[in-house]
Amino acid sequence: MIEVLELTKRYGDTLAVDRLSFTIPTGVVTGFLGPNGAGKSTTMRMMLDLDRPTAGSVRIDGKHYGQLREPLKYIGALLEAKAVHPGRTAYNHLLWMAQSNRIPTRRVDEVLSLVGLTAVAKKRSGGFSLGMGQRLGIAAALLGDPKILMFDEPVNGLDPEGILWVRNLMKALAAEGRTVFVSSHLMSEMALTADHLIVIGQGRLLADLSMNEFIDQNSHSFVRLRSPQPERLLDLLTANGMSARPDSDGAFEVVDADPARIGDLVAAHGVTLHELSPQRASLEEAFMRMTADSVEYHTGAMPTHGLSGALPADEAAEPPPAPAPASAWGADWRSTKGNKKKES
Amino acid sequence: MVPVLLSEWTKVKTVRSTLVTLITAFVVTVGLGALISFFSNSNFSKMGASEQASFDPTSTSFSGIFLGQLALIVFAVLVIGSEYSTGMIRATLAAVPQRTTLMVAKVLTVLALVLPVALLTAFVAFFLGQSLLGSHRTHIGDPGVLRAVFGMAIYMTLIALFSLGVGFMLRKPVLSLGLLMPFFFLISPILSAVPKVKTVAHYFPDEAGQRLAAVHGSTSIPYGPLEAFFICLAWVAVALAVGLVLLKRRDA
Repeated sequence: MIEVLELTKRYGDTLAVDRLSFTIPTGVVTGFLGPNGAGKSTTMRMMLDLDRPTAGSVRIDGKHYGQLREPLKYIGALLEAKAVHPGRTAYNHLLWMAQSNRIPTRRVDEVLSLVGLTAVAKKRSGGFSLGMGQRLGIAAALLGDPKILMFDEPVNGLDPEGILWVRNLMKALAAEGRTVFVSSHLMSEMALTADHLIVIGQGRLLADLSMNEFIDQNSHSFVRLRSPQPERLLDLLTANGMSARPDSDGAFEVVDADPARIGDLVAAHGVTLHELSPQRASLEEAFMRMTADSVEYHTGAMPTHGLSGALPADEAAEPPPAPAPASAWGADWRSTKGNKKKES
Repeated sequence: MVPVLLSEWTKVKTVRSTLVTLITAFVVTVGLGALISFFSNSNFSKMGASEQASFDPTSTSFSGIFLGQLALIVFAVLVIGSEYSTGMIRATLAAVPQRTTLMVAKVLTVLALVLPVALLTAFVAFFLGQSLLGSHRTHIGDPGVLRAVFGMAIYMTLIALFSLGVGFMLRKPVLSLGLLMPFFFLISPILSAVPKVKTVAHYFPDEAGQRLAAVHGSTSIPYGPLEAFFICLAWVAVALAVGLVLLKRRDA
């Protein structure tokens, strides 16, 4: 079990990690989520005793990482791809690691075949593609057959086949009873693999909950309506205690409404509908809403709904949020933030 | 300790730079020494009387170290520097979080590799140089000569360990080499010619090394070979100690 206690890292004036405390549950995949610059990598490096915490500590089965004898048998970590000497072969890279922790040499061949690098084992790693480098890093993490695995952004730069492979590998490792701790800045990726979520932003803990709880809390449903008689529709909804908000391309959204009830209502009053569709807000948006205040660098205002062309040039006049799945970071952040102000 | 040593040994023997730098150190030191020995012999009659009187055939055959040591510096700096430049240091420290153990293993690995190369270089440079010095040669059995040959090998080894310490301190190989190369190649030789500064420059590792590898000390150097050894050793100890403190304190 890994416990992070009040972990803090300060670089000059910036607090990269700010009194971060959490416990990583054993035997499941835990997603470590946060926007770029949230402090994920710094936290992971401190967990491995590579970076010195300004304050706080990390305990692995009650011990500090530096107290572990032969730590590769406890924790396998992939921190960055291609952290290898380009002139050394994949086999020799794994060989020195194995020797340093008294891991039997045959294990090197085993992990090489596990990640599918047997054919290039005797090739210098300098010629490896990013995907091959990532596989070599994963082989290194698996070398000591550790109970705990840590992956920092393992799917970065991988092709779809590689992403699927990593995803299945993480699930398989957890199914074997191992603890898998994987960082990502993509909620959609985590939704597919993680059982538990730890979300940070600007070095602070924002959420520590199971994936199911996160979905229940954040994935609210809404009904999208489109009608050639928008005024009548709006009046009807308002009269029945439902509030609808227009989205960017002329439709309306009714949050937490029962689609059957709306259907019955408009039929009874003879309002024509061109669309009535139940929708769910994406987890990605929930994540962005959660971290909105802590994103380090916001993208500038860009016309994200380029095709519809409905976005006014003046940012302040931007219509209320449309949980349009295709919207980009900046726009969404701005709209949700604006929304929060209105709500409060 | 033994597993970490084995691991460090695997690291140095599985990169090309090890062989390239060590062979270069041997070839340059022996080759340049032979060349200078040859020309010293043919030009001996043109030397001044005082030059002839203080002529040390042993250190003449070791003249190539002036250039050859640069290859040793590159070797030692890369042992640690290449880990920082590639990011591999994080894999290393994740595997061996005990900083002191890691550094001791690296020191012993460099020692185990450089000492035999240095002994071979010193003896080959000596015998080849003497054979080219003709009538001005000395013999291995003469007083102080064998000691000077061993002194040369020890100096080469200590220079590598000193560079390793600097490599641990400065991490990036470009930085370490950018400091060490000009120091040994330019700054120290220049400073040792400047009056007043000269007295300080005598205690630089390369000056002490020259004394270590010479049979007769030059009159300007105020200490003997044993003191020279300890001066070199002190430089090594300081470089490694500072390197270790920084390794323990800094983020990888």
